[in-house]
Amino acid sequence: MLPIFVIIPLGCAFLIPIASKWRKGSAQILANLAGGLLLLFSIKSIFWLKTGIKLYYLGGWKPPFGIAMALDGMTVLMLIVVNLIGCLALVYSIDYIKRYTSPALYYTLFSLLLAGLNGVVVSADLFNLFVFLEITSIASYALVAFGTEAEELEASFKYLVLGSVASILILLAIGMLLGSVSTLNMADISRSLAASSSSSKDIILYCTALFIMGFGLKTALVPFHAWLPDAHPAAPAPMSAMLSGVVIKTIGVYALCRVVFNILGFTQMISSIFIWLGIISMLVGVLLAIGQWDFKRLLAYHSISQIGYVIFGIGLGTPLGIMGGLFHLFNHSLFKSLLFLNAGSVEYSTGTRQLEKLGGLSKQMPVTSATSLIASLSIAGIPPFCGFWSKLVIIIAAFQANNIAGGVVCVLVGIITLASFLKIQKYVFIRKVEEAMAGVKEAPLYMLFSMAVLAVLCVAAGLLFLPFMDTIIKPASDALLEGLNYAGLILGT
Amino acid sequence: MKEAGMSLIVKRITKITVSLIFLYGVYIVLHGHITPGGGFAGGVIIALSFIHLVLAFGKEAALKRLNETAVSAIESLGGLLFWGIALLGLLGGVFFLNILPKGRIFHLFSSGTIVLCNIAIFLKVGAGLFAIFIALAAMRMPAEKKEGKK
Amino acid sequence: MSIYILCLILFAVGLYCLLVKRNLIKKIVGLGIMEYAVNLFFILLGYRHNGQAPILDKEQAIVNMVDPLPQALILTSIVIGLGVMALMVAITVRLYEKYRTFDIGEIRRLKG
Repeated sequence: MLPIFVIIPLGCAFLIPIASKWRKGSAQILANLAGGLLLLFSIKSIFWLKTGIKLYYLGGWKPPFGIAMALDGMTVLMLIVVNLIGCLALVYSIDYIKRYTSPALYYTLFSLLLAGLNGVVVSADLFNLFVFLEITSIASYALVAFGTEAEELEASFKYLVLGSVASILILLAIGMLLGSVSTLNMADISRSLAASSSSSKDIILYCTALFIMGFGLKTALVPFHAWLPDAHPAAPAPMSAMLSGVVIKTIGVYALCRVVFNILGFTQMISSIFIWLGIISMLVGVLLAIGQWDFKRLLAYHSISQIGYVIFGIGLGTPLGIMGGLFHLFNHSLFKSLLFLNAGSVEYSTGTRQLEKLGGLSKQMPVTSATSLIASLSIAGIPPFCGFWSKLVIIIAAFQANNIAGGVVCVLVGIITLASFLKIQKYVFIRKVEEAMAGVKEAPLYMLFSMAVLAVLCVAAGLLFLPFMDTIIKPASDALLEGLNYAGLILGT
Repeated sequence: MKEAGMSLIVKRITKITVSLIFLYGVYIVLHGHITPGGGFAGGVIIALSFIHLVLAFGKEAALKRLNETAVSAIESLGGLLFWGIALLGLLGGVFFLNILPKGRIFHLFSSGTIVLCNIAIFLKVGAGLFAIFIALAAMRMPAEKKEGKK
Repeated sequence: MSIYILCLILFAVGLYCLLVKRNLIKKIVGLGIMEYAVNLFFILLGYRHNGQAPILDKEQAIVNMVDPLPQALILTSIVIGLGVMALMVAITVRLYEKYRTFDIGEIRRLKG
């Protein structure tokens, strides 16, 4: 039952505009119900995987004619990331979105976003992936502009232009592949490319470049990162959590890895491109983050830097490196969403997110303060928390692969990250300020609930990292390492 | 005070042509499975017929017949209908399975659920395009806002 | 082959317009040109010299037809493009309300 991941949120998105006319509060009930169901099914999908790769043919049409959906280790990992963060962000929205005027519209767009993300993950057809990617993108463009203030509109326009250029490049690459092999099923493309003559090597090279540019723009790797620091802070807080925690990973890292590893083939050249993109992203992201005084903008720059770790780990190409990268992807979605939710509740209670104006909130907002401390320690890589283990794995993998420079950069960036988050802790929560923050109250219950759950998960993923690696990360990295054999697994030999 | 909309000639011609355009759109939708066209093309044509009305008679007159709530409800209905048709396939075991009898080729009543899909898409696209047009037309420039009612 | 190069030139025109023009509306037009260049590329992929339209009809035999698959794909892509374009225009209108200008150089509240 793979299409269930698309059916539920899509139905929800169409139902909400009608239902909310009939009863005011029905939008959030429906959306949360859908989020909960999706989370349930995505946890269940771990057990579906036990019996091997699952395939689903839409309308009963076998590939290469029809659209297929596939479930392998990588899909399961991404489904859990998407639906976990999606569900918690929806719970958080119950209280947060009261500040905005049209909640029905927000929940419609959010459901559409979830439909797109889940669709990208389960799709085994290249053009179908593109369509879902566009659904995701359109929903996120609209959600970034949701506040319709000047800054939000400006950020959204920037995001729109660069996102559309990325989509055009991806479409062009899909066209190139279609022209050379006349099929759109991923496995079939991979098999046809492998079977065809040497002239297809040029096509592969060209398509790889286009895909790296396109998905790199969507991921905001460093030469392509200009839109991210504007777009992510501008959105409502739960949406920022989704954008930083999930969207750039799903339509960026996941799609890039799927295309590069399972369709085009992971070569030495691509490996070094990934490593360099990763190193530059790590360094530039963290260095730009130091000077920021806007809470959410600082977090957005750290997203660039942390995605650099993921791409670096995956680019190493060794089993350990890929595992580290994917584990860091999961961890980053936990702690970065948590940090954005914290920033949201600070903004909700105090009305500002400028670090200089904030201060001394650890008394008034104990839960927010405690959870943000856990998240900060996780992102900085302090031992028992989850961020430490994934960074450790990546660094070990880097040294094993003889990439000393990369490993050193990883350590260095970790230290700067720690400094940068100590700054947040100091300015927002610890330092003493007179009166300015006197009347501030803790955020409402639902917001606290989702932050607490994420904080617990951060600790749990840190303490139980070995069993966790075995059950979820290992199958995912195996799916990537399978490389071009993916075609055989999907189509049968 | 000036009357809303364009001159008498345009209004007169519009009254005659709009119904024809609408009818043509319906034809395109219903024959989508046997001739070129289908839900999207037909939906666009029908949305254009309404836009035609808006241009000729002014926004208020057209919105009296089809207000914004109705448009967005119709759009969602189209989406839900398409979703429902896709779910209908689950009765036969597979999502999106065409379970209705296919009929004879080149006949109006043939090809199972494709006709229904076309109708759903037509509702979605027609209402959606018209909603986009209304939304963009309703956004007034600040200069206009001063003299306009709001 | 030359027709593909013309298609590429169209793409480049769009890209130039997107990069160089400072007016938001012109940027949107540039993006539209780029998108249609890619759409055109897809249609050209399926084109066959002296081919027939891929429509099944009683009198028509299925010989020498143009490939209908890219056309179907491009219909989807056009719909997506329509959605993006509508959103973009709506945001531009709102931006004009806030800043009273279409010049990208003056819409610069976000920095750093």
